[in-house]
Amino acid sequence: MKSYKKGPHPRARGPDIRGAGNIMHRFANPNRFMRLSQRAVPWFAALTVVLLAAGLYLALVASPADYQQGETVRIMYVHVPSAWMAMFCYSGMAAAAAVGMIWKHPLADLAAKSTAPIGACFTFLALLTGSLWGKPMWGAWWVWDARLTSVLVLFFLYLGYIALNNAFDDPARGAKASSILVLVGFVNVPIIKFSVDWWNTLHQPASIARVEGPAIHASMLWPLLVMAAGFTTYYLWVLLVRMRGEIVAGKIRALRLRQVHGL
Amino acid sequence: MLNPLLILIRRDLRLAVRQGMDSMMALVFFVLAVVLFPFGVGPEANVLARIAAGVIWVAALLASMLALERLFQADYEDGSLELLVLAPVPMEVVVAAKIAAHWLTTGLPLMAAAPLLAVLLGMEAGGFAGLLAALALGTPSLSLIGAVGAALILGSRRGGVLLSLLILPLYIPVLIFGVAAVDAAAGGYALQPHLLVLTGLLLAALALAPWAAAAALRQAVE
Amino acid sequence: MDSFSSFLNMGGHGGFVWPSFGITVLVLVVLLVTSLRSLKARESTLAKLRGGATETGRGEATREA
Repeated sequence: MKSYKKGPHPRARGPDIRGAGNIMHRFANPNRFMRLSQRAVPWFAALTVVLLAAGLYLALVASPADYQQGETVRIMYVHVPSAWMAMFCYSGMAAAAAVGMIWKHPLADLAAKSTAPIGACFTFLALLTGSLWGKPMWGAWWVWDARLTSVLVLFFLYLGYIALNNAFDDPARGAKASSILVLVGFVNVPIIKFSVDWWNTLHQPASIARVEGPAIHASMLWPLLVMAAGFTTYYLWVLLVRMRGEIVAGKIRALRLRQVHGL
Repeated sequence: MLNPLLILIRRDLRLAVRQGMDSMMALVFFVLAVVLFPFGVGPEANVLARIAAGVIWVAALLASMLALERLFQADYEDGSLELLVLAPVPMEVVVAAKIAAHWLTTGLPLMAAAPLLAVLLGMEAGGFAGLLAALALGTPSLSLIGAVGAALILGSRRGGVLLSLLILPLYIPVLIFGVAAVDAAAGGYALQPHLLVLTGLLLAALALAPWAAAAALRQAVE
Repeated sequence: MDSFSSFLNMGGHGGFVWPSFGITVLVLVVLLVTSLRSLKARESTLAKLRGGATETGRGEATREA
């Protein structure tokens, strides 16, 4: 491994020095994360179960049907939180990637990597439930609505990130390259959103009824907020589990490297 | 600052001319892809005229991506990229030179061929000026954005397919406004607002892409 | 009984409402379970590697992608 670097960053020690022993050193700080996350995981799990159970009850049983959309409005309670989480996860990935690049914090790269599949799942769900909502509302499974289209592009951005992250033999390379990609993508998301909105108003089909009402009633806001909170704790739960998995995988790699080098 | 830029551009152009094939291939692909559409949608003249702008733009987008995979690959494989990283010239200048050479060898030929294809598809006469202006402002943005992707995939497995997955979503704004400009010109509407947006996109890409690509190259040879 | 069947029917839109919730739950559960199982598998691999390293010295070092 070559390591030419002009003017090394003062904090650029750990992750840049490669070699069998140093990979262990790199996980010195994550050991504390392992202890903390072990304690936090059951709490997030319990919170998720309680919030999602309550949210599902509120969404399916306790909330009224919409006077315009009837019972299909219930799809909103999974569709809208999924779409929120899709954007939240992408912003979280960009923030983690920035922290990983600037401060070389090893946990930040793992957080970004572990967020990607969760965000991709939420994006997929937002698209799918949007399609299932669109059929009774708009009469078509797919409409080139500005928001649906933007979410579709977001889905491709997630897929690109995951593909790039896994495309290298050296996971450190994958983390660095995909951090740059997610930051470039993050700058582009508002531009894409703006151009898709603009494109959509240019080609607006006349038959689309706007889905959102003027102001959402409290009886519908509560299920929505509880479901969104449940999705958030679910995200944190799975994020911690996946990050733990990544750290263990790193330790396995380090041990194997040590065996290969005969240390 | 300017001198090394020109030297690097000349070097890349000379390499491109010597190899010759890459930009020819992109051009042939562009023409072929457009020619396929009448077979797909039928030879009806008004349908073809209606979709001409979109077809030409999508084909140009894909064609400009073909040569991208090789943008840094050869220099990465033979080690000259490492020398360029160590050279006193800032990496951003090296990247800018590479992008300029890429545009001169693919974007420019595509622009030259586009009016011919517009004739084949029966585009409205008014649209030609819009097409050329939009391509002139849009294809450099494609080269700039694409360079970031080309730098990111260095040393990865399955580079080509990966590259398209990374950069095609980022091309969407250029596509939208590029097509809108041609449609506006063909329909007799004002062309200027679209060109201004395309200019804005170009300036943003010009300001950000060389830095992102240079950062990607540095971590690739690190 | 009647209220239950009307609950399932969802005003004639049961075919859209229930798949939305069902697929959402399915996707989230699958993601959770695969994450948990991969963590478990890796933890046991690590334990085995550590045990193997102390007992048999340098065991066979397999490289994983």
